[in-house]
Amino acid sequence: MPEGELLGILALTWQASVMLGLGGLLIYLGIAEEVEPVLLVPIGTGIILANIPLGGLTETGGLLAVLRRAGIDTELFPLLIFIGVGAMIDFGSLLERPYTVFLGAAAQFGIFGTFFLAYFLGDGGLRLFAFSFKDAVSIGIIGSADGPTSIYVATVLGSKYAASIVVAAYSYMALVPIIQPPIMRALTTAAERRLAMPARAQKVSRRTRVLFPVVTIIVVGLIAPKATPLIGTLMFGNLLREAGVLERLSQAAQNEMANIVTILLGLTVGGMMAAEDFLRPETIMIYVMGVVAFAAGTAAGLILGKLMYVVSGKKINPLIGAAGISAFPMCARVVQRVGLEANPHNHLLMHAAGANTAGQIASVVAGGAALALVPFFV
Amino acid sequence: MAEQIVEAPAPGKILRVYVEAGTPVAEGDRICIVEALKMELPIVAPVGGTVKALNISPGKTVEAGDPLAVIIEG
Repeated sequence: MPEGELLGILALTWQASVMLGLGGLLIYLGIAEEVEPVLLVPIGTGIILANIPLGGLTETGGLLAVLRRAGIDTELFPLLIFIGVGAMIDFGSLLERPYTVFLGAAAQFGIFGTFFLAYFLGDGGLRLFAFSFKDAVSIGIIGSADGPTSIYVATVLGSKYAASIVVAAYSYMALVPIIQPPIMRALTTAAERRLAMPARAQKVSRRTRVLFPVVTIIVVGLIAPKATPLIGTLMFGNLLREAGVLERLSQAAQNEMANIVTILLGLTVGGMMAAEDFLRPETIMIYVMGVVAFAAGTAAGLILGKLMYVVSGKKINPLIGAAGISAFPMCARVVQRVGLEANPHNHLLMHAAGANTAGQIASVVAGGAALALVPFFV
Repeated sequence: MAEQIVEAPAPGKILRVYVEAGTPVAEGDRICIVEALKMELPIVAPVGGTVKALNISPGKTVEAGDPLAVIIEG
């Protein structure tokens, strides 16, 4: 046989075949079922490219290896994405309803609950799975429902499960409409869900909108310095949006830059999923704990929501607490849908969007806090 | 006769309008659809009655709290 021919087929292991199938599945889900196609199609393709035997894309000098070194190991890609995300988010719904900030904070409980569970199953207790302290923190961050923060924390901590964590985080964000409603119905009464909230809110001035990102960088940076790269890029993007004189840059951040980095990030994350790292019991466990993280965060937000319902004299619908996890705007839409189902006059969308954008900031702060605390324990 | 003002629940765009001035409506009948955060919000009549004034047409953008329609009860 001439040298080079059929070498790929001969070198194909069953593990690599499973990964090729998984890559194909993600592409299928993205295109045919329209589940987060923007992410799943590049990630799926990256998985296929990385698992073609002898393709060399993940070896030194190969495309995926170069992208990984340049964009993931340096944490550059998630931070660039955050500039785009900041430019896309209208924090007005949060500024008009400042109390929603607490709902965003409460929903981060899923991070810490899941961290304890992962650490207990791993090095901190049962030792059933190979989860170090740093892996457990990275797995917990799935509960932030925030893709860029998950990538950032997992890579800064050097978790060997970074790729699985990222894929779990993004897949569950797509599954928010399935995960959340049963929890929302279980934890609230029909009377609570029916409660309509006023449409009109206090208008915030342009000055407040412009000052908000700058003040947030300084305040969050001083409280949680490790969160500065994340909150700094997120709020820089938001400043471009709110400045009013930077329409070109704001559009570029939201469209061209976010799109280009999404392509590179998706391919690279997919390319990190080599069979030998992925086909392990730990990967399945990470997926299981991802659901736990999302569910716990949702429940924590709802419980604080119920408390606010009582304290406010039945003026706040507890459902909006479920939007405290930061998958934006999926959670806000889910709250709107469940609220409307209970009462056809009940539109909670903007209230939920307030909690949702608060959750975006809270997840960044939680990620920074986790990074700051880890050195004390390791 | 009491008048009820139907307000926009969120800032967005009017996608479709189902009634016009003078249309009799029952409670729960659709007035219009507002699109916000890429989601369609069906706005329904809070009370039964007659649509008196209509402030909307498809494509118009609205702010949260803007009056969309006035309904005379009864």
